[in-house]
Amino acid sequence: MSGSSDGGGTVAYIQHHLTNLCVGDCDPVTHKAAGFWALHLDTVFFSVMLGILMIVVSARMGRNLATGTPGGFQNFVEMIIDFVSGQVKDTFPGHNPIIAPLALTIFVWVWLMNFMDLIPVDLLPMIASGVLGIEYLKVVPTTDLNTTLAMSLTVFALIIYYNFKIKGAAGYLKMFLFHPFGKFFVPVNIVMSVIEELAKPLSLALRLFGNLFAGELVFLLIALIGGTMAVGLGALIWFPLQVVLDLGWLIFHLLVITLQAFIFMVLTIVYLAMAHTEDH
Amino acid sequence: MNINVTLIAQIIAFVTLLWFVNRVLWNPMNDLLAARQKRIADGLAAADKGKHDLELAEKRAKEHLMEAKSQAAEILAQAEKRGNEIVEEAKEKARTEGERQLAAAKAEIEQEANRAREQLRGKVAAVAAAGAGRILGREVDEKAHADLLKDLVGQI
Repeated sequence: MSGSSDGGGTVAYIQHHLTNLCVGDCDPVTHKAAGFWALHLDTVFFSVMLGILMIVVSARMGRNLATGTPGGFQNFVEMIIDFVSGQVKDTFPGHNPIIAPLALTIFVWVWLMNFMDLIPVDLLPMIASGVLGIEYLKVVPTTDLNTTLAMSLTVFALIIYYNFKIKGAAGYLKMFLFHPFGKFFVPVNIVMSVIEELAKPLSLALRLFGNLFAGELVFLLIALIGGTMAVGLGALIWFPLQVVLDLGWLIFHLLVITLQAFIFMVLTIVYLAMAHTEDH
Repeated sequence: MNINVTLIAQIIAFVTLLWFVNRVLWNPMNDLLAARQKRIADGLAAADKGKHDLELAEKRAKEHLMEAKSQAAEILAQAEKRGNEIVEEAKEKARTEGERQLAAAKAEIEQEANRAREQLRGKVAAVAAAGAGRILGREVDEKAHADLLKDLVGQI
């Protein structure tokens, strides 16, 4: 945490926190990615770790599944799975075995990645720099546009695939030509449909990214209250304020991360359901 | 925006995770839930069947009970009838026995009377002879007046 009280320190603090651990084609001064061949190691590390956590926990639970009376954790997992498959059943017409696991993966993974936001903002970066000597660390993978875009583009690929599979190439093309204004506005229709289709992955990715980025930023600002203004007796006022604000935002953010994970999941189901219906 | 190779890495991570979740979490859990659903459905069906069986058994038991009751009533009626018969028989027997005894007694009385009469007859002849002898002042020869005496005795 930056101890200096000038504005530059504050900006530097925030900047520092919003900089990924970049390897490869990175700017040597700002440590930001300079070209395409730059890898945000922290983003990949945390998302993959959380993914591994999911797999390991599921595998361990899978080894002793109880058919009759499930224990506490299995009960919890069953609740989530029931919830997700309920959403799929409500929204998705027909049957596609990939939709429900996809929705489940998105919901749980996004939630876990979002949850990293609730870990005190300075904890992991401090450990990283203090113990491992890593200077830059951005712990929330969903505050990296690469992560959210990766998921939304995968979903987008599935949308296109199922559009072709269900509607056929001609049917999909017809949707671009005659939707939404009928056959007399073909050029307008093409533009509208292309925008509509492209808006799907973009809105998915940007919504999640924006919410989590903003949430992270608010946490940083709250952290700054105590850090930059606590000088002498002022700490008696600012420190409790920081604690209260942090707790409040934490509780609120707990709802936000769940809601964002839920929205991503539901919109994925809805978009894929739209791809599966003949009559658009 | 800084889109870079992280995007590719994350897509690979996402697809891999999807594959794993499908394999490790979704499929086993789904099978489990389906199995449980089936078990519950089976259990409910078994419960329904049990209830149905119980109803049938109750019905059967009721039928058995009714049958037993009617049988009991029949047996009771038969027993009563048989009892009456036995009483009637006994009465009849008693009556005939009584009659028989009465007849036997009567016969015996008559026999006794006859015997007494025979005795008396014998004696009467002697008494009559003696009385007549006395009256006549002489002895009456019983042999001589046998016809007379016999006639006399016959009159008694």
